[in-house]
Amino acid sequence: MNLLGYFRSQRKQTAQVAKERLQILVARERATRSGPDYLPALQEELLEVIRKYVEVDQDAVHIQLDKEGDYDILELNITLPEHGGK
Amino acid sequence: MAKIVVVTSGKGGVGKTTTSAALATGLAKAGHRTVVVDFDVGLRNLDLIMGCERRVVYDFVNVINQEATLNQALIKDKRVSDLYILAASQTRDKDALTDEGVERVLGDLSKEFDFIVCDSPAGIERGALMAMYHADAAIVVTNPEVSSVRDSDRVLGILSSKSKRAEQGMEPVHEHLLLTRYSPERVQQGEMLGLDDVREILGIDLLGVIPESKAVLNASNAGVPVILEEGTDAGQAYQDAVARFLGEERPHRFLEAQKKGLFGRLFGS
Ligand SMILES: Nc1ncnc2c1ncn2[C@@H]1O[C@H](COP(=O)(O)OP(=O)(O)OP(=O)(O)O)[C@@H](O)[C@H]1O
Ligand SMILES: [Mg+2]
Repeated sequence: MNLLGYFRSQRKQTAQVAKERLQILVARERATRSGPDYLPALQEELLEVIRKYVEVDQDAVHIQLDKEGDYDILELNITLPEHGGK
Repeated sequence: MAKIVVVTSGKGGVGKTTTSAALATGLAKAGHRTVVVDFDVGLRNLDLIMGCERRVVYDFVNVINQEATLNQALIKDKRVSDLYILAASQTRDKDALTDEGVERVLGDLSKEFDFIVCDSPAGIERGALMAMYHADAAIVVTNPEVSSVRDSDRVLGILSSKSKRAEQGMEPVHEHLLLTRYSPERVQQGEMLGLDDVREILGIDLLGVIPESKAVLNASNAGVPVILEEGTDAGQAYQDAVARFLGEERPHRFLEAQKKGLFGRLFGS
């Protein structure tokens, strides 16, 4: 490793950060994509409603649509912060 | 029956038109009757990159509106036989590309050609959706950069749900990743997403990696598809990609940073 490279490695490499952000984002977008067209809007609105009561992150609401036989199962996952409530 | 190939990306300015011109030229050079169609209505550029802008009399929209026949509108390339260009119009009317019109024109082209290469506009609006709808294969042009990778993933979602093949329950559109404007030096320094990172996220077949290259701008200045600049890195990378598209196996090149001298090793990066 050269001199500059040595100092550079002290910081977190930006490409690694980019990759991690993309993995999260893409996984989230794919989960809503497989279902009906209204899922992204539903997800947004749920987030808004939840935010009336609790401060949560942008990615706190997870929606996934699964098929089981003749049924569609809408799986809803909401991650609350450790100290919720406004 | 022609194979319809869409060159798409979602994000603008990543190299779709450069790629469409190179791919079409490469396919025609390999002996396949090929037409490249500009779907970027209102912002046509393909004719410039192909160097035939002064020969455009009629365009895609004229043919759709039956103001001209295909034979009148198709421009024959002067360098490569079996290569034709159908220019986009300069009209600002986004609805100029009607469903029936596009379907009819592609159907007619399909009888005459082996490959129809569709140069998609940026975005995921009408023009882009129309270019993707009829595709048998897609080349997803991606830069190693967050917004481009994300947009590529969205485009993959559209191909697998809104294309004709998806709607009719046929075999899915064959999706190929083309990573362009790649700088091995910057990847090595951890400043740019690497090939493996992008492949891992998008998870589709890799068609090739085109390096960031001065040759691309030079070729576009001259109106020569860069694949014809055979001595250049980008030209060779496109030649490899076209060969792979036609089923040949070729090792990937231009993935490693150039070795530097002592000075570079000490103080460069
Ligand atoms: N491998 C490359 N190396 C260097 N420059 C490149 C490379 N590929 C494309 N470019 C440059 O990037 C710019 C955009 O390229 P191009 O027009 O092909 O993109 P596009 O995806 O068709 O854009 P749009 O979305 O506007 O249609 C051009 O200036 C081109 O010269
Ligand atoms: Mg373009």
